[in-house]
Amino acid sequence: MIDIAVIWAFIIAFAVFVYVVMDGFDLGLGMLFPLFPKKEDRDVMMNSVAPVWDGNETWLVLGGGGLMAAFPLAYAVLMPALYTPMIVMLLGLVFRGVAFEFRWRTTRERNLWDIAFAGGSLMATLAQGVALGAILQGIVVNGRHYGGGWWDWLTPFSVLTGLALMAGYGLLGATWLVMKTEGELRDQAYRLSWWLLFAMLAAIGLVSIATPFLDAEYARRWFAWPNLILTAPVPIAVAAVTALLMRSLAAKKDYRPFFLSLLLFALSYAGLGISMWPYIVPRSITIWQAASPDNSLHFMSYGVAVLVPIILGYTAWAYYVFRGKVRAGAGYH
Amino acid sequence: MFEGFDPVILARAQFAFTMSFHIIFPAFSIGLASYLAVLEALWLWTGRDVFLNLFNYWLKIFAVAFGMGVVSGIVMSYQFGTNWSAFSDKAGPIIGPLMAYEVLTAFFLEAGFLGVMLFGLQRVGPRLHFFATLMVAIGTLFSAFWILSANSWMQTPAGYSINDAGQFVAADWWKVIFNPSFPYRLVHMVLAAYLTTAFVVGAVGAWHLLKDTRLPGPRVMFSMAMWMATLVAPLQILAGDQHGLNTLEHQPTKIMAMEGHFESHPHGAPLILFGIPSQAEGKVNYAIEVPKLGSLILKHDLNAPMAGLDTVPRENWPPVPVTFWSFRIMVGIGFLMLGLGLLSLFMRFRGKFYESRLLHGFALAMGPAGFIAVLAGWVTTETGRQPFTVFGLLRTSDSVSPLAAPAVASSLIAFAIVYFLVFAAGTIYLLRLMAVPPHHDEQGPAGHVPSHAAGITPAVGATASGHAS
Repeated sequence: MIDIAVIWAFIIAFAVFVYVVMDGFDLGLGMLFPLFPKKEDRDVMMNSVAPVWDGNETWLVLGGGGLMAAFPLAYAVLMPALYTPMIVMLLGLVFRGVAFEFRWRTTRERNLWDIAFAGGSLMATLAQGVALGAILQGIVVNGRHYGGGWWDWLTPFSVLTGLALMAGYGLLGATWLVMKTEGELRDQAYRLSWWLLFAMLAAIGLVSIATPFLDAEYARRWFAWPNLILTAPVPIAVAAVTALLMRSLAAKKDYRPFFLSLLLFALSYAGLGISMWPYIVPRSITIWQAASPDNSLHFMSYGVAVLVPIILGYTAWAYYVFRGKVRAGAGYH
Repeated sequence: MFEGFDPVILARAQFAFTMSFHIIFPAFSIGLASYLAVLEALWLWTGRDVFLNLFNYWLKIFAVAFGMGVVSGIVMSYQFGTNWSAFSDKAGPIIGPLMAYEVLTAFFLEAGFLGVMLFGLQRVGPRLHFFATLMVAIGTLFSAFWILSANSWMQTPAGYSINDAGQFVAADWWKVIFNPSFPYRLVHMVLAAYLTTAFVVGAVGAWHLLKDTRLPGPRVMFSMAMWMATLVAPLQILAGDQHGLNTLEHQPTKIMAMEGHFESHPHGAPLILFGIPSQAEGKVNYAIEVPKLGSLILKHDLNAPMAGLDTVPRENWPPVPVTFWSFRIMVGIGFLMLGLGLLSLFMRFRGKFYESRLLHGFALAMGPAGFIAVLAGWVTTETGRQPFTVFGLLRTSDSVSPLAAPAVASSLIAFAIVYFLVFAAGTIYLLRLMAVPPHHDEQGPAGHVPSHAAGITPAVGATASGHAS
């Protein structure tokens, strides 16, 4: 059961997860921009992610490039199926990414790039969430090609997952701000964290209720005996983490809420994994059907085994260099 | 709307458009990253303030250009799937791992150290900061290595077999990576990136020298850039010639298109300097040609026979006019670059290097030359490889996604609007940064970092603050 294809499924899942949580707080922070109209606040917010956003976004390239390399068939079916959300995401990331530098290069058009930053973050988040829903609800496959239409991705369920991801990234962004800022800015981030936490819990609830109705297989996977022994701990853990998160928000522990929010993401992600397994395109293509030939997977495995620990090492170092609270007008202290 | 359009043409237009916009930024940032590493090394070595000021000056420009390169690059990594899914399925097992290695060895390295390079000098000190700069520079070169290996494999596939699902599978990774055209393409492109940067740096230096010949920063950057032009432009012409011979061996149809050789020449082929190639008629109208020079250049023999496109089935012809013209643009700029390099050398020996308005005006006009040459070169090699994506093995028409013309057309229009808006703004900001000469106590990117580097600069300049340096 554990073979090279499964290992690669976990590697890709890991890359996507790292992307989701790391660019998640960047994008969430971007979406919260309109709620912080003061220029000084916005400067601080952007400075808190400016040194790391590029590294965060690189995990998306690894997710996409890795999918093409390790599961070319899945990449070839999923990308055309998700054509519109993907294009919207890419354009959103263009707006968001250039705003980091452009914003400092102009005073007259600064507002314009603030809008690009917030709007781009929103576009990218919504598109990613919609794409997730579109994958979960199933994709029409014809031979080795996508066999559906151009609007298949747009359903009430995919809109729900899009909104759910907005709430989730928003929570990550707000708790990141709690951790990285001070004073009034931090206080507002605390208030927002509460609202966004409730929104995210509602979203987790709605998606969890809706998913079993998409397909009987999802229901069996989650509720049939003996699977229940494995699946029941997930909602229980979600409840426990939520309780801890609320306590840390109430007690104003600046660092804890962010990491507990990450944990909440990890649990939701594990839940998705349980639903998806062993398909890479739900109920059409399994991991093994989509996998690249062994020799491609082996060739990349050496690189991953050596390079990913090194990457994690210098990424951690970069975060360490820019640790601590960001203050207005003075960058890092 | 758009139902009557050919989705293959639209998908190709989209790839060409997004790729052309993208390549401009790496071509600049590969060279600029190396230049920044050299400037910082010189600063650490000599302690001269002028190098730190130049470093910070170009670092701001690098930050803007690099950001645009990143966002336009992510588009490319998903474009293979959205528009070229059949290609991704078939060639993914070979192209995918090469790109995965690019991400793992290059993109993470650049991105991981970029934050420290841009904002971290005060936090980590000069030595560790120099290390970060080096890592970014090395990352850009690793990136060129892998992506050019992948592109070269599509031009000159080697070391593969084909499996039951119709996918290309590596039989020998060494042969895949170091396929026949790769070493030539890598050298040609890295030199092109260095030249592109040198001509931008030279033009910025020249612009400021035209206004004031005494500014130390522009003098230093102009001199460095002109040395690059003098030394690297001839090397590049040599590398291009070798690359051409390699192409003749492995992709003869591309050379036929570049040269406008529709007809075979059993007794020595002419070099067509200019003319109007007609794909439909299969000949070059109004050709101005030098007899037998084509054979001399390509075969080093005046009378060597050269086959033409008349030996190739028409369905395998690349689009000749585009390939023919883009090649001439590239070569023409190459010789102009050589000319500027030689003129600068002449002025150095005459002692007029910092005063000659002719030299400075020429250098200023040549500022965008590298970008145009890079684009023309890529157009030559990519259209010359048509009608295949994997040369000789996988047709472009068999590589596309099951696409509907309206979807591709809409996304193409969206990309066009967004790119023109965003990159026009970026170009304006870059030109604005370049319009101001580097001054004493120059700051790094985004004026939000602490404004004084007291205590870590190895040499504190004596000139008054605000004085041009």
